[in-house]
Amino acid sequence: MEVSRHWRLQEQRYKLVGETCDNCGVKLFPPRDVCLECAAPAKELYTFTGLGEVYSYTTIYDAPAGFEQQAPYSVALVKLEEGPIVTAQLTDMDEDEMYIGMPVEMVTRKLRTDGDEGMIVYGYKFRPVQFEMAVK
Amino acid sequence: MTNVSIIGIGCTAVNEHWDTSIRHLAWYAIEAALDDADISKVDALYVGNMLAGQLSQQNHLGALVADFAGLRGIEAVTVEAADASGGVALRQAVLAVQSGLVETALVVGVEKMTDQTGSPITAALATGLDADYEAMHGLTAAGAGALLMRRYMHEYGVSVSDFAGFSVNAHANGADNPLAMFRNRLKAEAFAKASPIATPVSLFDAAPAGDGAAAVIVVNSEKAMDMSPQPIRILGSALATDTLALHDRKNPLWLGAAERSAQKAMAMAGVTPDDVDLFELHDAFTVLAALSLEAAGFAAPGAGWQLARDGQIGRDGRIPISTFGGLKARGNPGGATGVYQIVEVARQLRGQAEACQVPDAKIGMVQNLGGAGATAVTHILGV
Repeated sequence: MEVSRHWRLQEQRYKLVGETCDNCGVKLFPPRDVCLECAAPAKELYTFTGLGEVYSYTTIYDAPAGFEQQAPYSVALVKLEEGPIVTAQLTDMDEDEMYIGMPVEMVTRKLRTDGDEGMIVYGYKFRPVQFEMAVK
Repeated sequence: MTNVSIIGIGCTAVNEHWDTSIRHLAWYAIEAALDDADISKVDALYVGNMLAGQLSQQNHLGALVADFAGLRGIEAVTVEAADASGGVALRQAVLAVQSGLVETALVVGVEKMTDQTGSPITAALATGLDADYEAMHGLTAAGAGALLMRRYMHEYGVSVSDFAGFSVNAHANGADNPLAMFRNRLKAEAFAKASPIATPVSLFDAAPAGDGAAAVIVVNSEKAMDMSPQPIRILGSALATDTLALHDRKNPLWLGAAERSAQKAMAMAGVTPDDVDLFELHDAFTVLAALSLEAAGFAAPGAGWQLARDGQIGRDGRIPISTFGGLKARGNPGGATGVYQIVEVARQLRGQAEACQVPDAKIGMVQNLGGAGATAVTHILGV
């Protein structure tokens, strides 16, 4: 059981908590402590809105161990409105509805289950935005 | 230019070697390379491997392989950089010999995929990605290739069938290589109809995982002149990295590490893309072939696929690629792939490529990528 490695990412998995760079102001997700842009320390926490759009996507048929039950499932690069791109599954839609540029929002869903007795890992996925008002 | 030259090469066929263990695979390639160099001793061994810890529950390959190959006692270590492990292992050997601290260095890339089957292999290959932020969301190596391919199609207005030329070329060359995993020719019409692995990447787009081992022996270039009738000079050698995760790149469609390592290696060799007679690139997926051609300067951004469409990547084209089948048809034995690429280019430059020979090949470029281009190692070879 890998309880600790999932537990320590709960702020990211459930709330999309990343960071802001004090020096250049760029928003970072995942958090990385050293700014991706300017290499200054970036330790101020920032909670992302969870709104973004699909940058690219794929539907995976050849699933890795731990994901066989879900296949086929769709994984996307989602460009968050604050700038960073995040890798996450798309949910609550069929593949033929997906398109690059599609507005999506973060939801919390089951990422994977380790067998009938095993741990259930929850985290972020993205679904179509539910209300047009949510999109700028 | 480095002062390092290749004096011995050898490899096994890439295949599902059910009856052969990882130690035997490594030994068969080493035995061939020692025979080719006509020597029996080396001073150091660099083993390129990605997956033995996961698929065979076997780490510590440096000591294992040195011991099993009758080289007990020498300096030996495993080098891991996902599927760039083989190319990076050669890079370590070049550094060691160039420094003068190691006289004769042996590099073996070895991968044993078929100790497992199916989803554990897919999961093991995904460990070259970011475990917490990519693989935990179900992304696979093929999935990462697919994300790039879909975005490439969107930005540059190309379709799936526009990538077919890469696989058709790889299979045409693989058909002439007795060591290739797939020797069937592929029709462009079949490409677009193949079953999906991770849309839009299909079975005929993705390179197959296979078992295999390849080995090269390097020494100082002056010494090589006395030891080998046809030493191959390592004119340039460079390694660069990019963000591990695709999502952290400002422009995911630009392979920054591939560009940097290619430019450094070419500068070291004193060559430009115009001087390069063949380019063994990392065609794990067709989109990576297109992006590698662009990053290395053989095509403008967004135009790499046109080289395949226009027949410029064949053995008689402007820039031959995948001349023994590439990853797509020779097969992709993970951490061994980068050493296969070196063996193949050395055979081309020696004029020993038989049916796969590129006419008048004098300068060959080799680029081995790890993950979705997070590691890129480039070597320029010459006679």
